[in-house]
Amino acid sequence: MEQTITCINCPVGCRMTVTLSEQGAFISVTGNTCPRGAKYAQQECTLPERMITAVIPVTGRETPISVKTASPVPKKLIYDIMNELSSVRISAPVTIGQVILQDVLHTGVDIIATRNLA
Amino acid sequence: MNERNVDVLIIGAGPAGLAAAISARESGIESLLVLEREKESGGILRQCIHNGFGLHRFKEELTGPEYAQRDIDKAAELEIDIECSTTVLTVSSDHTVTCVSASKGLQIIHAKAIVLAMGCRERPRGALCTPGTRCAGIYSAGTAQRFVNLEGFMPGKRVVILGSGDIGLIMARRMTLQGAKVLACVEIMPYSSGLNRNIVQCLHDYDIPLYLSHTVIDIKGKERLEGVTVAKVDEKRNPIPGTEIEFDCDTLLLSCGLIPENELSLSAGVELSPATSGAVVNESFETSVPGIFACGNVLHVHDLVDHVSNESFKAGAAAAAYVRNEQLAAPMITVKDGNGVRGTVPQLIRSDTDKPVDLMFRPSAVFRNSAAVVECGEKELIRKKAMIFTPGEMALVTIKPEMLKELPADSITVRIE
Repeated sequence: MEQTITCINCPVGCRMTVTLSEQGAFISVTGNTCPRGAKYAQQECTLPERMITAVIPVTGRETPISVKTASPVPKKLIYDIMNELSSVRISAPVTIGQVILQDVLHTGVDIIATRNLA
Repeated sequence: MNERNVDVLIIGAGPAGLAAAISARESGIESLLVLEREKESGGILRQCIHNGFGLHRFKEELTGPEYAQRDIDKAAELEIDIECSTTVLTVSSDHTVTCVSASKGLQIIHAKAIVLAMGCRERPRGALCTPGTRCAGIYSAGTAQRFVNLEGFMPGKRVVILGSGDIGLIMARRMTLQGAKVLACVEIMPYSSGLNRNIVQCLHDYDIPLYLSHTVIDIKGKERLEGVTVAKVDEKRNPIPGTEIEFDCDTLLLSCGLIPENELSLSAGVELSPATSGAVVNESFETSVPGIFACGNVLHVHDLVDHVSNESFKAGAAAAAYVRNEQLAAPMITVKDGNGVRGTVPQLIRSDTDKPVDLMFRPSAVFRNSAAVVECGEKELIRKKAMIFTPGEMALVTIKPEMLKELPADSITVRIE
């Protein structure tokens, strides 16, 4: 099984072809021009991850608060996590790094605030 | 009327103004004031809630608000006076600044040195000459970003994005995650000016098609936008008949470039460069008006905030040196754009500078396996090879002070070979 992806590590943007086994295990990559590309290709084709950032309404305030996942989460969970966040409401004050939602969808990753609100 | 004197006055408390203020204070300036139009400092970073900022400066990936907060905290620690909700009306060449705010009314401030750090604006619809009706539902990408991220409103449900600048790409993802359907991202050039990373993570991840060499040729709708017509363009960017695609959408976002916001610079008589639309500056970021400095996106549009901060630290220190009367006097070397290079900053370098000078420029096209060359007449000063130069990424070469001694001519040229 082959998969074509664009490297994101630098502006060259190598087009890489990754060969995967029937079970989806990484076998080889071609088209990369550096080791960072190979590493990215393997990660991206086996367990792609993304940081998620969003905003959450603050009770009684006009301005929402911005939040992020404390570390990257599996890409396939992006919509589920956004859905989970859509029902979250918090109250001021909030400080940067404060946990807004613990262990979102059992990923082991917290949702944390990225700005202060007095 | 409130009238006072300060040593260094900084206009704008975004990343550029904050870095300039921190650096001026750390260079020993006690009398320092920052004026900010918005009600909070942080500038455009406040609405850039995505991550990816600070990789060069902090060696970690921060969101915009987190990056801004580091400088805001530092400024607070240094007890820097920032007056928010204050709009500067004019800056004159004798360093007199008039500004207004609801709390203090009209103020006149006389500064020994001024740092211009007003940032940039998005190219508006009027400047794009798009055809069609003037209906509601057409926003610049940054305006939509402000609505969604700072004010908590969604500007629409079915979206087409014209232009593939980074803000447009970021908003394609943001609108999608917030429940909108992004139908297409349309780019008139044969390449995107956005970062690869954003094309992959904002478009590919969400199966949003990118139409290169295409543009919007019609905008329909009476009260609210009802649809746009997109067509392929030829090499001269003229639409090709028969290639039209209709999109049924209620929102069109424009991400078609940024322009330094230099109204105040012009009121001070600062000379602007046609290539950057920002001030012409020397290696200390001093403009053609002595004692007035410029840094950040008001000087030239950057891709990375890390570079803005770096440049602005230097500008703040230079403003402090000006106040202390530590000025260089040697003749200026002119920096010219050569083949494949546009908008090199700084445009002037004093030959007795004792610090390395970063020459920042934008490649005019995509060049693969080539080199950036700095030369003075026949004499080659620098040759820096790279696998790729693209217009989407500012390039940088550093000149060491010793390279500027005994040059055969009074100008140097930067080109891509």
